[in-house]
Amino acid sequence: MDWVNAVVQGTLLGGLYAMFAAGLSLIFGVMRLVNIAHGDLIVLSAYVALSGAMLLGVSPFVVLILAVPVMAAFGYLLQRLVLNRTMGDDILPPLLVTFGLSVIIQNALLAAYSADPQKLQAGAIETAAFAIGPITVGVMPVIVFATAVAVIAGLQWVFYHTALGRAFRATSDRQDIAQLMGLNRAHVFGLAMALSMAVTAVAGVFLGMRTSFDPAIGGSRLIFGFEAVIIGGLGNLWGTLAGGVILGVAQTLGAKLHPGFQVLSGHVVFLFILAVRPRGLFPRIDG
Amino acid sequence: MTRLSVSRQTRLSNIAMLALAVTLLLLAAAPWWAGRAELRLLGEIFLYMSLATLWNLLAGYAGLVSVGQQAFVGLGGYMLFAATLLWGVHPLVALPLAMVAGALVSAPVALLIFRLRGAYFAIGTWVVAEVFRLSFAQLSALGGGSGISLAPAIVKQLASGRSAREALLYWLALGLAVLVVGAVFAFLRSRRGVALTAIRDNELAARSLGIDVWRTKFTVYVVTAALTTLTGALIFLQKLRISPDAAFSANDWTAFVIFIVVIGGIGTIEGPIIGTLIYFVLRETMADLGAAYLIALGAVAIVIMLVAPQGVWGLIRGKSGTELFPLSRRVRGLTDKGN
Amino acid sequence: MPEPILSIEGLDAHYGDFQALYGLSMQVARGEVAAVIGANGAGKTTLMRSVSGLIRNQPQAIRFRGQPIGGLRADQVAALGIALVPEGRLLFPSLSVEENLIIGGQMGRPGPWNLPRLYDLFPILRERRHVPATALSGGQQQMVAIGRALMSNPDLLMMDEISLGLAPVVIKSIYEALPGIVGEGLTAIVVEQDIAKALSVSSRVTCLQEGRVSLSGASAQVTRDAISRAYFGV
Repeated sequence: MDWVNAVVQGTLLGGLYAMFAAGLSLIFGVMRLVNIAHGDLIVLSAYVALSGAMLLGVSPFVVLILAVPVMAAFGYLLQRLVLNRTMGDDILPPLLVTFGLSVIIQNALLAAYSADPQKLQAGAIETAAFAIGPITVGVMPVIVFATAVAVIAGLQWVFYHTALGRAFRATSDRQDIAQLMGLNRAHVFGLAMALSMAVTAVAGVFLGMRTSFDPAIGGSRLIFGFEAVIIGGLGNLWGTLAGGVILGVAQTLGAKLHPGFQVLSGHVVFLFILAVRPRGLFPRIDG
Repeated sequence: MTRLSVSRQTRLSNIAMLALAVTLLLLAAAPWWAGRAELRLLGEIFLYMSLATLWNLLAGYAGLVSVGQQAFVGLGGYMLFAATLLWGVHPLVALPLAMVAGALVSAPVALLIFRLRGAYFAIGTWVVAEVFRLSFAQLSALGGGSGISLAPAIVKQLASGRSAREALLYWLALGLAVLVVGAVFAFLRSRRGVALTAIRDNELAARSLGIDVWRTKFTVYVVTAALTTLTGALIFLQKLRISPDAAFSANDWTAFVIFIVVIGGIGTIEGPIIGTLIYFVLRETMADLGAAYLIALGAVAIVIMLVAPQGVWGLIRGKSGTELFPLSRRVRGLTDKGN
Repeated sequence: MPEPILSIEGLDAHYGDFQALYGLSMQVARGEVAAVIGANGAGKTTLMRSVSGLIRNQPQAIRFRGQPIGGLRADQVAALGIALVPEGRLLFPSLSVEENLIIGGQMGRPGPWNLPRLYDLFPILRERRHVPATALSGGQQQMVAIGRALMSNPDLLMMDEISLGLAPVVIKSIYEALPGIVGEGLTAIVVEQDIAKALSVSSRVTCLQEGRVSLSGASAQVTRDAISRAYFGV
């Protein structure tokens, strides 16, 4: 039963990873941008929520209403003012600029909040749990997982059923022809980054409620998100959820074998899938 | 009729080579004129110069943007400690052993992560570095997560006296920098190096000229990894203590190295060298600022990437095409009116 | 000549490092169909890309309704009422037929064109509106490309080699739809390799050769001789 329990907990953890991955996947899909600072932006969101919750004296759930637009606006400005200037055929400029951004965010957080671990206090709900047969499931992990499913369903809906999604897909297909349709590429890219950062804000707040965080953990959150994207298959949002779940389960099973194997076994599963299915488990058919 | 000849040397590059030889002689004599602290700093400069030159070859010439070279720095450190502490190998023998190990390990790693393209390749290299870090943290024979020190007896094998030992380590670092810069320079002048430049400029065209892009990149990756591993071994021979977090530090062995190359000028031989000097000047004057220093470093790198992607060397060189290390060929004998 | 809707004066345009147009000048009158002909590499597509803003140029070199547009981005040019049917159609593969048409009209410019009217013009598209655009035949894809441009209700419609790679019978049916398109005060520029076709649909013709205008005149009056001189530069 312990093993079944580990699988269940890992699945729920995978929801969080899927949210890390969704923002990454979104901007890669629209503008082929890989944001090295993605993990640090997740952590930044957690700190924004921390400060918001303290200043306003409200629950982290309420702060979400604040953190999402703040991060989205930040994302839009970041894209318009900085990242758009690096977009082109050469992958080096965006990579190095987001890398520099990652170092800046990390150290700015360090200067502002110190290296001490922090946590978002959500109150009694943190420890609440219910039993399904012999397995005890935390309410918080279930909320996180449900949110992840909702976020991915929402992104899927935006992509395939709204004008914004059409603009994203058209720009992704052919940037110059999309301009002919009256779509300003710089603005479309800005909106994609804003949406990505909105998802990141949700991910960051839930990260902060589930576990403690400090300024240095951004790198590994980027890696988890990236692994979920590659395992699930590029360009497939539901695949990303599956990728997150596989990664989460690999980690909890690894941790059951030996506490030191938790993160390592996730990496090993990722490398194994990369070796046998380089395009991921659920690659987009038309990709 | 004018005679045309093709040559790489220019007058300036000849003068630069002469100046380089004199500088190297002076530097080789440093143990006699420099104090202990300066010697240590110079040694560190040479080690960073090696790392920067290698990363520049990888990212600036081969287009393999790795953010996980700390995998090989750490591997080098751990190979040195394993060879000397566990297998009783002399440290000077352990250094080349570490290099060979780096090459052997990097080949299967390349097979795997070469499946990722562009920016995803970059994150893939980071995952590999994390796997190395987490794996070495599990090896209790090498101190596990908390690390291990080099036994004094092993250190004494280098040389009995402290100043002799420090001089030896310094010469090793200087020798490594000369070896790495020289090797990269020679490689870029070779047929394979020219192929690499062709790939960077236009992969499709290079392919159509019959250049095996994959093999060329693979070779560069393995050679770079081997030399990075050697550098790592030397770094930790100086530090005398190793732990997974120090050995596989993304900040120390990748972030700073990337900043050095970007600031100096990516895709040039001179860039990493100049970048290293700038970096150490900044560090020696500003490092007390802590986080603010790193924020400034990140901001400078971003601004350079946006405004002057050719870096400081690119600004110095301007449009004149000046090269201290003669890489490009020039056609001589063309007159203004001719052709 | 009546007041020109599009006026190009001394346009130098570059395609990468290569200069494709040299001091090109031409005018298109409101409501007319102008043809641009010329051999491969004469600069026709560069001209289309320049007017539509895909290539940025000197602001004053291109004027639309008197307003300088040479320096505008493509989306700004589109908002002013210029639409391009690009060479090779270039539909959006991840959008369905209908989505390709809708995105063409996403600026919401008022005018006669909307989905029902387009489906009346090309009934086959109504049947196939939910399939991915690239699953259509070449001729149907060309209908989508034309429809996508029309959906923006442009004042100036530019069509770059719409018959390229299509079977003669398909070309014929597409050109038969042309009068229904340009009837209502719409100005059009048709780029064609097929000289006879270009002359038959247009009132004025401009021939390009190596990036310069080599001939310009009323389509009904230019002689075959003059055209072949202008075309091949004998």
